[in-house]
Amino acid sequence: MQDSGISVLFMGSNFLRLLEGLWVTVRISLISVILSIPLGILFGMFMTLKNPFSKVISRIYLEFIRIMPQLVLLFIAYFGVTRAFGWNLSAELSAVIVFTLWGTAEMGDLVRGALISIPKHQYDSAEALGMTKMQTFVYVVVPQTMRRLIPLTINLTTRMIKTTSLVVLIGITEVLKVGKQIIDANRFDYPTAALWVYGVVFLLYFLACWPISILAKRLEKRWR
Amino acid sequence: MKRNLITKFITLALSTLLLTGSLAGCGTQTTNNEGQPEAPSVSYRTVDEIKESGKIVIGVFSDKAPFGYIDENGKYQGYDVYFAERIAKDLGVDIEYVSTDPASRVEYAATGKVDIILANFTVTEERAQQVDFALPYMKVKLGVVSPDNALITDIEQLNGKNLIVVKGTTAETYFTENYPEVNLQKYDEYADAYNALLDGRGDAFSTDNTEVLAWAISNPGFTVGIDALGNADTIAPAVQKGNSTLLEWLNDEIVSLGAEKFFHADYEETLAPVYGEAANPDSLVVEGGKVD
Repeated sequence: MQDSGISVLFMGSNFLRLLEGLWVTVRISLISVILSIPLGILFGMFMTLKNPFSKVISRIYLEFIRIMPQLVLLFIAYFGVTRAFGWNLSAELSAVIVFTLWGTAEMGDLVRGALISIPKHQYDSAEALGMTKMQTFVYVVVPQTMRRLIPLTINLTTRMIKTTSLVVLIGITEVLKVGKQIIDANRFDYPTAALWVYGVVFLLYFLACWPISILAKRLEKRWR
Repeated sequence: MKRNLITKFITLALSTLLLTGSLAGCGTQTTNNEGQPEAPSVSYRTVDEIKESGKIVIGVFSDKAPFGYIDENGKYQGYDVYFAERIAKDLGVDIEYVSTDPASRVEYAATGKVDIILANFTVTEERAQQVDFALPYMKVKLGVVSPDNALITDIEQLNGKNLIVVKGTTAETYFTENYPEVNLQKYDEYADAYNALLDGRGDAFSTDNTEVLAWAISNPGFTVGIDALGNADTIAPAVQKGNSTLLEWLNDEIVSLGAEKFFHADYEETLAPVYGEAANPDSLVVEGGKVD
């Protein structure tokens, strides 16, 4: 019985389809992460400005993204925009927009947290050494912030990879959906297939997230 | 501290306002669409436009065997897909499938992102306000499954016995209203309900006939004794509201396909291998859009 369950994975092009699904997952999340990190850094700096106007703006943006479930955001970007303005965005573009908006908000808040965690005496010491504001920022603040940000950014990236499983609801077939399709197509002939397919999907997610963790560890070591 | 709380509340209120604003925005747009075509929503494609583009976009399920699923070679298959292929053939166009989920079917048709939804779409009044339904091509009734050694073939046999139902299903309302003398055993989830039947906690289980028929096949020792009970829910293709040319074309198509018993052939091809002898095609299939 168990043999038959595993054989489902190698029937026809099933395994290839799972890999294609994984590529869709990785592609959407990586594009979003690559866009979110610089935008998030800028947004984080914007949030630390001591200007009431910028504070209100960034607060509204952050709370909006934080309160809204990503699923609702996806529906708004894909269906809502079409209804309201008649723009027909492709599903993948909508997904990248939503995940970038989300990533920017989260990353921004992480950057803000890292920036304000630099103790005041660091600034004072830099000033006492005769550094300009720019020099203080580049040589004192940024290196320390970076180190604090790495683990947080990795968390965000892996979370994003896993959250992309929501995009099935706007019609994108990613790895988890392919898995469900395979299970369902064989539900009458191979009832045990589910275990194997989910096992492989788990492994694929792991393979996608693990290299990122390794990279993070390396970076942390080097910048210690 | 106190000031901090106040600002938090203000931001929360502002965000909620934004949220409801955008959601309400979507809502009003739809109601506008019904009466006034001036709304700038993505317009549907007429039959001529579809023919001209050489491609029709159809939303189907990709993980609901045997209605719409993907086989091991990555091809769409199933009862709905069989019909979709025929539509494309008769229109003389290629077909592009979009994989949909129960939660997003209405949106796909309502925004015109697909030309037709063919995803086991049950006709309800609520949905009919958002999309236009064509004639039905399938119907779902209630089925009752019970163990072979105490098979229930007539509803009278259920009097005073325990019938398992899932909360919120049509079966629950149907038996409460029409057969109050049947004891209902209610469960939250399908898995619990099936386990209760397997354990013998109840004498029979009732839900959609397609569901119990498929279940009985993979569970020897159980048979669907009653396969068509109650009012039929119909299943029909849906198009964007106001797309009258496509709607009429579909209705004509369904009527003319009825003459050649197309949906019976569809049943033989896609559903019979799953349901086997247990089901009578006439209790599921609708020909020519006529539900009796």
